[in-house]
Amino acid sequence: MSATEAPPAPPEKPDVRKPSARRRLVPYWLLLPGILWLLVFFALPMVYQASTSVQTGSLEKGFEVTWHFRTYWDALAEYYPQFVRSLLYAGTATLLCLLLGYPLAYLIAFKAGRWRNLVLVLVVAPFFTSFLIRTLAWKTILADGGAVVDVMNTLHVLDVTAWLGWTESNRVLATPMAVVCGLTYNFLPFMILPLYTSLDRIDGRLHEAARDLYATPATTFRKVTLPLSMPGVVSGTLLTFIPASGDYVNAELLGSTDTKMVGSVIQTQFLRVLDYPTAAALSFILMAVVLLVVTVYIRRSGTEDLV
Amino acid sequence: MTQQQTEGGDVRLTGISKTYGSFTAVHPLDLTVPQGSFFALLGASGCGKTTTLRIIAGLEDTTTGTVSLGGRDITDLPPYKRPVNTVFQSYALFPHLDVSENIAFGLRRRGIRSVGKQVGEMLDLVQLGDFARRKPHQLSGGQQQRVAVARALINHPQVLLLDEPLGALDLKLRRQMQLELKRIQTEVGITFVHVTHDQEEAMTMADTVAVMNGGRVEQLGAPAELYENPRTTFVANFLGTSNLIEGRIVSTGTDVVVAAGGGKLRLPGGRCPSSAESGGKVLVGVRPEKISLTHTDDAAAIPDGRNRVAGRITDSSFIGVSTQYVVESPAGTALQVYEQNIERDGRLVPGAEVVLHWNPEHTFGLDAAQHIHAGAEALEEAA
Amino acid sequence: MPVLRWIRRNLVVLAGLLTLAYMILPNIVVMVFSFNKPNGRFNYAWQRFSLDAWKDPCGVADLCGSLSLSLRIAFWATIGATALGTMIAFALVRYRFRARGAINSLIFLPMAMPEVVMAASLLTLFLNMGAQLGFWTVLIAHIMFCLSFVVTAVKARVMSMDPRLEEAARDLYAGPVQTFVRVTLPIAAPGIAAGALLAFALSFDDFIITNFNAGSTVTFPMFVWGSAQRGTPVQINVIGTAMFVIAVAVVLAGQLVANRRRSNARK
Repeated sequence: MSATEAPPAPPEKPDVRKPSARRRLVPYWLLLPGILWLLVFFALPMVYQASTSVQTGSLEKGFEVTWHFRTYWDALAEYYPQFVRSLLYAGTATLLCLLLGYPLAYLIAFKAGRWRNLVLVLVVAPFFTSFLIRTLAWKTILADGGAVVDVMNTLHVLDVTAWLGWTESNRVLATPMAVVCGLTYNFLPFMILPLYTSLDRIDGRLHEAARDLYATPATTFRKVTLPLSMPGVVSGTLLTFIPASGDYVNAELLGSTDTKMVGSVIQTQFLRVLDYPTAAALSFILMAVVLLVVTVYIRRSGTEDLV
Repeated sequence: MTQQQTEGGDVRLTGISKTYGSFTAVHPLDLTVPQGSFFALLGASGCGKTTTLRIIAGLEDTTTGTVSLGGRDITDLPPYKRPVNTVFQSYALFPHLDVSENIAFGLRRRGIRSVGKQVGEMLDLVQLGDFARRKPHQLSGGQQQRVAVARALINHPQVLLLDEPLGALDLKLRRQMQLELKRIQTEVGITFVHVTHDQEEAMTMADTVAVMNGGRVEQLGAPAELYENPRTTFVANFLGTSNLIEGRIVSTGTDVVVAAGGGKLRLPGGRCPSSAESGGKVLVGVRPEKISLTHTDDAAAIPDGRNRVAGRITDSSFIGVSTQYVVESPAGTALQVYEQNIERDGRLVPGAEVVLHWNPEHTFGLDAAQHIHAGAEALEEAA
Repeated sequence: MPVLRWIRRNLVVLAGLLTLAYMILPNIVVMVFSFNKPNGRFNYAWQRFSLDAWKDPCGVADLCGSLSLSLRIAFWATIGATALGTMIAFALVRYRFRARGAINSLIFLPMAMPEVVMAASLLTLFLNMGAQLGFWTVLIAHIMFCLSFVVTAVKARVMSMDPRLEEAARDLYAGPVQTFVRVTLPIAAPGIAAGALLAFALSFDDFIITNFNAGSTVTFPMFVWGSAQRGTPVQINVIGTAMFVIAVAVVLAGQLVANRRRSNARK
């Protein structure tokens, strides 16, 4: 078929007749305001923050750049538990999101039939209520002496989780489990939607073809569905892990002082203690760690065209 | 941009070419499409036919050369200022507009307010009166195709360009639409330039066919002329099927005699390439349906003066109206023969020794310095 | 055992529905507790049914003020981010130019950055410039982080658009401006709308970046945050529930209209 013939107007190809200068400037005019916005309010602040992180001084006398890199070291030395905890909680929540989200995404894509739109609405529906209000609702759900804690107690689940250090022996609230539970809950839709998108693109006939070629349902999933849904898995995990690692709302609302994450520290240093260099250094380290994780992850998973 | 059927509304392409970087889509090309004709650009994928069409439409800039319409140079006119409209491949109907708004689009853009009557007439012409309020995705392929035609025709363009307009339709509908388009063309009398890879479609519909290959026009002429007198192996193979036999010219004159496959074949001197001379190589061609097949036992009954080639049947397939044989012979390994199923000879089965014979008048000669299978591969791709 | 077989066969469905329940549960709790009459300042334990909060949703100081502020910020942030983002998306899809890779990265980075990092660095900038924290700084921040999401949404739509449609428009006597207004824009509209909706939701619900850059201005999420320390009025649940119901109603109504239009057109 000649659909492939003479690619319709490939604008990247050079042409003997040069387009007029005005036309060549069009993309730059389109880009200018938005890119300027991002440069001034996203990129430039990063520079300011980098400079702040190597300043010394006090609020009264003012800060100046002294290339005081020790701030980084001191910050890490003091707050590494919160760092490790952030990555651990965010990682666990991401994994849980994947485990919980995949069946639901699969259900919507392949099993929901005429209920598909309704289920999709239900997945997005929580967004319609402010996430802070919904996070507060977990305080009720996980409350001491509430139904969830009672059931866990009766089934002796709490004993196990307490032994593992996830909960206390008589309460869930203000423990790591509550925080991870909140994180998982808050970022589940960010996992489900990309998963659903990539599952939905899979041609249903591929499943039939796999079954026709002697694959059991489990093999079909492992050899066909899962590999084809990898783009969704990758972007879903990133969309979950990145915000979760910097989150402090769940840790503050559902946790205790023993579950503080690095976001809380940055917030406190910045807004309450007003130790700007330490806060800036911490935030810079967090950024570096997240970017590193993201880069390595994207390289490893081989899907570099996520954007 | 109004309807002006002036004398000399020909489309004239002079030295147009198109290159993308180092790739040449169209080599410098001269082409004249007479006003009111149904002109087909025929070729395989990537032969430059669509690029040529898009250059006429103004959707593609030319690298060199000029396009003129009725004597007016329109090379630098943008598409929306050319009195030319296109029926796009896969139609490109606006998905957000209903059928009548799609059809009225061109009129409205030219500032015409009351379009109802014209749209109604156009809907009648393409027999879609009941579908005016439907959205394109609610129509079948054939209906979409007719909307695309109506949307272009309502503007009374001087030239209507059709880019593989029937490519997405199934065979039966395609045949029906071919006749339909032909009817519309006769009715409105506008010049049609039709791009297709389907040789049957081109021959059925067009007055003039230009066969394109590798960014060049190989041959141009009326369908029968192209079929009977192909001038290149590409045209011989791409347009229908040809048996091409390599030979050496023994003598020239009114009849040229060629030694091939251990025998002698004759063909009219006028159907030989002008370069032919005694001792030179030539490709002798004959169409499969021109050949008769006789069992060797009856060879004596073949009248004198016919070209003969002896061989053995290797394969036969029954098609219904005809039977197609493949014959192996010293002259060539896979000679094709189509026999009408009038009186079938039961002895003509694979393995049978046969004599192929045909009227020398039906033989054509081609320059031997060409690839003998050119066009046959292109055909496979196009299919 | 037939029961076990049934469970095994429908394992995926069951797991999916459990996840769905997990996701919906807090919304139900929010809704139920909007009818609570709590003892004390916190609305975490069920006491008894009451319509008090529903009768007087603005009965808490600053609550409705913060709500209207959030709506105003979300409105302007949506307009700003959608306009700028749509322009970028068109430039990226339709034109070739230098620094494409750099621009793509600049758009991707805000989405790959923990909010708290952006929040802290933006505050550093504002402090250094001596900017007055408040409505404008929040608006600037919101447009900044919504922009990338709008670009992504619009880009996807524009990329899937058949370039032949615009060619057809030009072929049918539409100049560049008319082609854009009559064909490109209407077809890109769903993508632009999706981007705008996303921007509105992100802006309205944002807490971390807002908290850093709002100074003493209080948006609705900040009000909720504050009340989590001081005492949670039932009115918060009322507003949460109302938003939820309105949004779901709008979505369902939209679906209904779309369905009806589709079946009408079939006739």
